[in-house]
Amino acid sequence: MADLRVNIAGVELKNPVMPASGTFGAGEEFSELIDLNKLGAVVTKGVANVPWEGNPTPRVAESKSGMLNAIGLQNPGIDLFVKRDIPFLKKYDTKIIVNVCGRTKEDYVEVVERLASENVDMLEINISCPNVKSGGIAFGQDPKAAAEITKAVKAKAKQPVIMKLSPNVTDITLMAKAVEDAGADAVSLINTLTGMKIDINRQTFAVANKTAGLSGPAIKPVAVRMVYQVANAVKIPVIGMGGITCADDALEFILAGASAVMVGTANFNNPLTMEEVIEGINTYLDAKNIASVKDIIGIVK
Amino acid sequence: MERLKVKVYKQDKINDELYSLCFDAPTVAKEAKAGQFISVYSNDKSRMLPRPFGICEIDKENGRIRIVYRIVGEGTKEFSNFKSGDEVYIMGPLGNGFDLKDKKAILIGGGTGIPIMLETAKALKALGDKESVLALGFRDESFMTEEFEKIMPLYISTESGKAGTKGNVLDAIKENKLDAQIIYACGPIPMLKAIKEYANEKGMEAQISLEEKMACGIGACLACVCKSKEKDAHSNVNNKRICKEGPVFDCNEIEL
Repeated sequence: MADLRVNIAGVELKNPVMPASGTFGAGEEFSELIDLNKLGAVVTKGVANVPWEGNPTPRVAESKSGMLNAIGLQNPGIDLFVKRDIPFLKKYDTKIIVNVCGRTKEDYVEVVERLASENVDMLEINISCPNVKSGGIAFGQDPKAAAEITKAVKAKAKQPVIMKLSPNVTDITLMAKAVEDAGADAVSLINTLTGMKIDINRQTFAVANKTAGLSGPAIKPVAVRMVYQVANAVKIPVIGMGGITCADDALEFILAGASAVMVGTANFNNPLTMEEVIEGINTYLDAKNIASVKDIIGIVK
Repeated sequence: MERLKVKVYKQDKINDELYSLCFDAPTVAKEAKAGQFISVYSNDKSRMLPRPFGICEIDKENGRIRIVYRIVGEGTKEFSNFKSGDEVYIMGPLGNGFDLKDKKAILIGGGTGIPIMLETAKALKALGDKESVLALGFRDESFMTEEFEKIMPLYISTESGKAGTKGNVLDAIKENKLDAQIIYACGPIPMLKAIKEYANEKGMEAQISLEEKMACGIGACLACVCKSKEKDAHSNVNNKRICKEGPVFDCNEIEL
């Protein structure tokens, strides 16, 4: 059995595998299908200072080797989240990473301040959602805005801060460096790629929001490339995601420089994907006689 | 709950678009009730999302679950090629199902909402019902009518006028002066809107089953929501999850 522990900004995860925010709710529904105790962490769906209704339906569409979504960050707001979802997750032997979303800098800071007194392990700040009109990606496509949010959040955060980056930029390393300089403890990438699907029978957009975020295996090579670039541009840990469906996929990200990985769309196809990824990483390391997963992070240069 | 590997018991072609698919799935059949659905997963890994289908028939004795579906894309096309003995992943039963009451009912189905009325009718019958009736609305060609007729008096409408009342299913209900205390319905949104209006006019209870594009099928991803009249306890906004709080709702609980 190889050592699967990894360390992200001082927080030790029992293994480098966790769900990607937005695909896993706050864990409750999936807890009937997968043992949350086995996961490196649970990353919650984005939570804002107040409840958000999200976008009109249809909110999702399938595309080859992937899917499009424009949920629009529907969430119950931080009050109910703190009362219901954190106590639920505390029952499990896993780390809790809370994804935070907002429309303004003040929104993000308000949530982060509320979480300061809560027993959660890390915060992931979503500055990359392509499906909301204000906030989200608006902060994730401009290095100055991203740095400003990072600074504001870091000033109030009691937990390490992961900034979640958008691939919908010309040079993702500029964004990564901007948030690193502003004090981010880690970065996670990639969020979804902005896409579109037309329903030729209804002759309209397949997703009501018109544009939607593309995820799944279709985007994996783009994600691996960006993780590699960012890992070689910053010193803070990188969490990689984008189309991971199996251990081989996860290992590509780790070898490219990710200290941990997130599994998203694949949870919808096979709820046990993360368990299989964890087992598969261990099998790979044992077969290659490598003692720790840490030994292979970013070794492909 | 788990994603289960099951075997296809048999598949029958109903017409060029419609197929009847039956799985050997004892654990699903044991728990399932009328109005619930199952997710069926593609064996092609490039199709990531499960397809949700309302349960058409539950055979608890033989441990089988039946769905009837229309070919609408590549996924359902793949399913239409399943043969007896093929292995398929499914998950279920999912959702809430109908809350069947000991009251005279009209069971209304339209389009691909028709098949789930078979199990609903059978379940009502099993509760001792002797007075409820079925009203099914077809576009042109009717299907499965022989199966329905065996269970309950059946009234049909066709838009083309080919069989039954020409028009929609409410036209058939009015023409035949069908009356009841409760409606169970599944079908396209315009039909459900009309049923809601009709039920409220008559002071009847109406339970309606909704469809929406889904991803996880278990309430985590928030893809398949509908607008609710009151703030939902789980979502904390005026949205209910069709896959979790639904697919069956009281017609006055939601905005159509």
